[in-house]
Amino acid sequence: MKKKFKLIDLDCANCAAKMEDAINKIDGVTAATVSFIQQRLTIEADDGRFDDIMAQVVKVCKKVEPDCTIVL
Amino acid sequence: MNKKQKKTLLRIIVAAILLAVCQLWPTPLPFPSIFLFLIPYFIIGWDILWKAIRNIANGQVFDENFLMAIATVGALAIGECPEAVFVMLFYQVGELFQNVAVGRSRQSIAALMDIRPEEANVERDGVVETVDPEEVAVGETIVIKPGERVPIDGVVLEGASTLNTAALTGESLPRDVTEGDDVISGCVNLSGLLRVRTTKAFEDSTVAKILDLVENSTTKKAKAEQFITRFARYYTPAVVIGAVLLAVLPPLLGGGEWSKWFEQALIFLVISCPCALVISVPLTFFGGIGGCSKAGILVKGSNYLEALARAEIVVFDKTGTLTQGVFNVTAIHPDKCPESRLLELAALAESWSNHPIARSLRDAWNQEIDDSRVGNVAEIAGRGVKADVDDVTIYVGNDKLMEDCGVSWHPCHHVGTTVHVAAQGEYLGHIVISDAVKPDAKQAIADLKRSGVRKTVMLTGDAQEVGKAVGAELGLDEVHAQLLPADKVERVEALLTEKAPKGVLVFVGDGINDAPVLSRADVGVAMGALGSDAAIEAADVVLMDDKPSKLSQAIAMARKTLRIANQNIVFALAVKAVFLLMGIFGVANMWEATFADVGVSVIAILNATRALKIDKNI
Repeated sequence: MKKKFKLIDLDCANCAAKMEDAINKIDGVTAATVSFIQQRLTIEADDGRFDDIMAQVVKVCKKVEPDCTIVL
Repeated sequence: MNKKQKKTLLRIIVAAILLAVCQLWPTPLPFPSIFLFLIPYFIIGWDILWKAIRNIANGQVFDENFLMAIATVGALAIGECPEAVFVMLFYQVGELFQNVAVGRSRQSIAALMDIRPEEANVERDGVVETVDPEEVAVGETIVIKPGERVPIDGVVLEGASTLNTAALTGESLPRDVTEGDDVISGCVNLSGLLRVRTTKAFEDSTVAKILDLVENSTTKKAKAEQFITRFARYYTPAVVIGAVLLAVLPPLLGGGEWSKWFEQALIFLVISCPCALVISVPLTFFGGIGGCSKAGILVKGSNYLEALARAEIVVFDKTGTLTQGVFNVTAIHPDKCPESRLLELAALAESWSNHPIARSLRDAWNQEIDDSRVGNVAEIAGRGVKADVDDVTIYVGNDKLMEDCGVSWHPCHHVGTTVHVAAQGEYLGHIVISDAVKPDAKQAIADLKRSGVRKTVMLTGDAQEVGKAVGAELGLDEVHAQLLPADKVERVEALLTEKAPKGVLVFVGDGINDAPVLSRADVGVAMGALGSDAAIEAADVVLMDDKPSKLSQAIAMARKTLRIANQNIVFALAVKAVFLLMGIFGVANMWEATFADVGVSVIAILNATRALKIDKNI
C-alpha cells in the first residue's frame, strides 16, 4: 500500500534526508521518500502491518527531528 | 512570515539591542562581564542549545545545532563573549532568512501546480450539493458554472461553453464544447453553465493523474541530487574528525596555545555545515519541474530533466507529431474552371461519402451542402465517386477512375493524394490532399539544431516519397520511411549505438502505437497528451499540447535547471573550501564562518528559485 502524509514543521533539508534514511530502515517498509520541499512523506509498506509500521515511523521521526509532526 | 518566524524575528531584535547595550555599558561592573552577555546569549540561543542536548540524547550528534552550540559555548569559555552572542545572532538571522526563502519558493511552486479542484457541484435527487470531488461517483451529474474549474472528466449532457486549457497546456487556447463532447478536468469553464455526466472517478481523472505525476517526480532523483546525498553522508563525519585533529594536533606538536587552536577548530566546524547544498540542489530541480509543468511540459523525474539537457539525437514520429495527422486540401489545380468551382463540384459529388478524403474536401469547401443539387450518387470502390451535380455527371477519384471513363489526365508534382475531377468526359483539374506539416515544426527542428542537438531523425510508416518530402521541407537529417512499428524499435536501437557515450536519444511520438519505442529511447516524449491516458503512462516527458516546438523549450529549461544546480554545487563547495582553508590557517573569524554557513545557503536558495521561471525564448 502506498500512502502520503503531510509533515508539519519540517525545517531542515538535512533532517529530511535523515528521516528518509531512518524510515527506510524500518522492517516492512518497501520504499519511503521524505520531500522537504513538499513537506510530505510518501511511504510504501506491507498492507497487513501498515498501522503498526506507521507507529514505528512516528517514533523514529520523533527521535530524528522532534519538532516535526506527521499528520496521520 | 508565519508565527514561528515572527517570534524568531522578535528574539533577534531584542537580543541585538541587549548585545549593543552590553557592549556600550559605560561603568565597570562589580562582576565579570560574561554574566551580562549571558542574557542576550540565552534569549537568542536557548532553543539551539536545547535542540543540541536533545539530539545528542537521541543519538543525533553531528547536526548544525550541535556545531553552533559547541562553537559558541567554546567562545564563551575562552572569554570571547560578544563574539559568542554575535555568532548565535547571526546564525539565527541566517536561519530565519533561509526559512522564509524556502517557504516562499515552496509556495510559488505549489501555486504553479494549483490546478487541484477544491469542490464539485453534484446534482443528487434534483438538489445541487457542493462536495469534495473525491466523493463523486462515476455516472453522477455535476454542474460547472462559468469561472469554475472542471473537477472530474466527463461528457456534457446539457449546455455549451468555452473551456480554457491553460492550466494543463500552458497555452490559453480556448476549446469549445457542447452536448456530447468530452470535458477534461483541470480546464476552466469560461462562459456557459454546463451539466456534465462524470465518466471517471476523481482519482482517475486527468487532473489527478497530472498532479500525481508531478508530485511523484521528486522520487526519481537526478545524478546531481544523488551525489549530494552521498556527499553529505561522508562529509559531516569527515569535517568533525578534521576539526578534532585541528584542535589537538598543532598544540601537541608544540604549535601554540590550546585555546587558540580550539577556537580555530570551532570556526572550522561552523564553516563546514553542508546545508547550502542539501537544500538548494533538490529545490532547483523541483523548481525546474514546476516551471516546466506550468508551461505544459510534464517531466516525470529530475533524472529525465537531467537527460533532456544532454539530448544529442532527437527522433520524431511523423504522423501526428511533425504533421497534423489529419488530411487537408493542400493544393487546388483547375485546368478549365476557377478554383472554388472545382472544389465545389468535388465537395458536392463526395457529399454522401464517409471517406476521410471526402470529409477533408467538404471541410475545405466549408459551405452548407444543398442535397437537392446532388443525385445518382455511386461509389466506385478503389476508384472514387460518380454523381450528378446540377444534372451534370461528375467523376471524382483517382487515376484509375479517369482511365476507366476515358478522360485524359495529368499527374501532379505535389506530394500527397491526388483527386481528379472530370465532368461529361472532360478533365477539369485535380485537388491534392495531404497530411499538412504542423505550422511550428520547421522552427522546432531549427531550434533543436541551434541548441546543439547533433542529429534529427524522422521515422514513418508512410511511403518513401511522402517521408522524403516532409523531411526535406523541415530540414531533418535522416528520414526512414515505410517502417512497421517493430522496425521503428530496430531503427532506434541502431541510432542508440551511434550516439556518444554521454549523449541522450530522445524519441518524440504521439503516444499512440509507439509505447515500445517510447520505452526503448533514453527519454520518451509523448505529445498531444491532453486527454490521452495511455500517452501519460508510457512516456517520461509529456507535452500536454501538440506543438513540436515545446520540445526545444523543454530542453532549454532542462539545461537552465542543470546549470543552476551546477552553479550551486560549485559555488557552495568553493566558498566552503576557501573558508575551511582560511579556518585552518587562522585567517577566518567566527563572523566569516557564520557567513560561509548561512549566507551561502541563502544565496544558493535564491539562485535555485530562478529555475521556476519559464523561458519562452531559447
